[in-house]
Amino acid sequence: MAFYDRFVFITSTGTGFGLSAFQYVLNDPTFWRALKNTGILLLVALPLSVILALVCALLINSVKKFQGIFQTLYFLPYVTSTIAIGTAFLWLFHSQYGYITWFLNLLGLEGCAWLTDQNLVVWTLSFFCIWNGLAYKIILILAGLQKIDPEVYKAARIDGAGSLRTTMRITLPLLSPTIWMVALTSMIHTAKTYNEVYSLFTGYGGGGDAGPGNSAITIVYYIYYQFNARKAVNYAAAAAIIFLLIIIVLTLLQRVITRKLTHYV
Amino acid sequence: MTHPHSHEIKVRDGRLIALNVLKYAILIVGAFIMIFPFLWMLLTSLKSLDEAIRIPPMWLPGAFRIENYTHVWEMAPFMRYIFNTAVCCVLHVAGVVVFSVMGAYAFSMYEFKGKKLLFMLFLATMMVPGELLIIQNYITINKLQLMDTFAAVVLPTFASGFYTYMLREHFLQIPPALYKSAKVDGTSNWRFLWRVMVPMNKNTVATIAILSFIAQWNAFMWPNIVTQTDKTRLVSSGLFVFRSEASSNLQYMMAGSCIIIFPMVIFYIIFRKRIINGVGGGGIKG
Repeated sequence: MAFYDRFVFITSTGTGFGLSAFQYVLNDPTFWRALKNTGILLLVALPLSVILALVCALLINSVKKFQGIFQTLYFLPYVTSTIAIGTAFLWLFHSQYGYITWFLNLLGLEGCAWLTDQNLVVWTLSFFCIWNGLAYKIILILAGLQKIDPEVYKAARIDGAGSLRTTMRITLPLLSPTIWMVALTSMIHTAKTYNEVYSLFTGYGGGGDAGPGNSAITIVYYIYYQFNARKAVNYAAAAAIIFLLIIIVLTLLQRVITRKLTHYV
Repeated sequence: MTHPHSHEIKVRDGRLIALNVLKYAILIVGAFIMIFPFLWMLLTSLKSLDEAIRIPPMWLPGAFRIENYTHVWEMAPFMRYIFNTAVCCVLHVAGVVVFSVMGAYAFSMYEFKGKKLLFMLFLATMMVPGELLIIQNYITINKLQLMDTFAAVVLPTFASGFYTYMLREHFLQIPPALYKSAKVDGTSNWRFLWRVMVPMNKNTVATIAILSFIAQWNAFMWPNIVTQTDKTRLVSSGLFVFRSEASSNLQYMMAGSCIIIFPMVIFYIIFRKRIINGVGGGGIKG
């Protein structure tokens, strides 16, 4: 489908065969914006959220009382609809009536147009993605922590290792396969960010744009946008193929890195 | 008589207590950040518009306006959305369970040519994000003339590489002798699968059912594309449509959001342990 110049999906017929759809997509500034935004999510939001999840999981695991309650509360976002939560964030981020702006003012900081400033929207999106994805990662890391043999800790205590030392020298190395696994599964998941964009930004510019001037667009949203809002099936298919290639490259990269770290994994 | 090290121990205890207090403080702040949007949503849904947008914030509503909910209930067919979603969830869960049980059985008990290759291909589908398939699936559903039906929503979701893989791992732990003795007794494969294998793995099957139920309840992208009328729309898309109708009445928006979140929160409270263990054991989101 991506190789047709024009494609009518009602009749499933295309005319013209060639690379023009790829040419269009690769010359489309919106596509590059989608790539850039997805890249920011992968390179900034993903590592941040893994680190935050790790800290939360270590803390939850280290306290004795109320572990179950904390686990339950931190996990709540996982079971709730991103669209519903996005609706709440939509208002929390509101530049005038939002509580986030109010809170920043309280600290003596200026609020920003979180949802309408073209340069800012990707960071707003990152924040939401981190918040929304934390629950899943915390649970996976907690499960990994609980698999560590308690005998190891006993041995460390007998050897007189402090709690910080135990964490750095024992827990983290033993946990590294879990962390790596969480990072890998989250990578693919982050690369296909879509619901978060839809719930925070669709409906502002009209015509299915993701935020003002499509500034919050991600790759999967771009595919959807070409397909559903603009009915340009061939462009959507071309973008999908490019995305698939990116996923394959990412997966191969993961395998190479995994093999290098084979000692730990 | 005092212990010679008592002073040292006291200092150490003091430090430990301080550390613990710090830990709890961080955890409580974190927990607050995680549940704040939910609390805010619930409180706002009970306010009047004026109270909801007041700055500085008015945290608690002056009066708990339950009527917001009845109003929202009348504004949009939420009952219909919830019913639709429940139907799709049941179909989705049934489909996923049946197909992954049968797939896992075939990949664990049968020997056939190309089994390895086929299984590799099967696993490869886990690598391809489902979001990439919307175009092909849309065209297929369109050709089958299933647009705007429940079948359109659930059919493409039946085959799950991940759950099949997970079940196969469990099926492989069943000793082959059991299978052989069942065969000797003349039990059919079908009977053996549903009467022996599934009951023996009922925990895994239940986890799969619960996790896929949640996933389908919150599913958005695909159902949103193939449902075009209130007749089939699911809660997430329904809420989205409602959101634009409610324009800037945020107390109604929040009431709507609460309505679609409540069932999942209750579901979560009931199955909390199983959900957390299921995900921790290698679950997957969406």
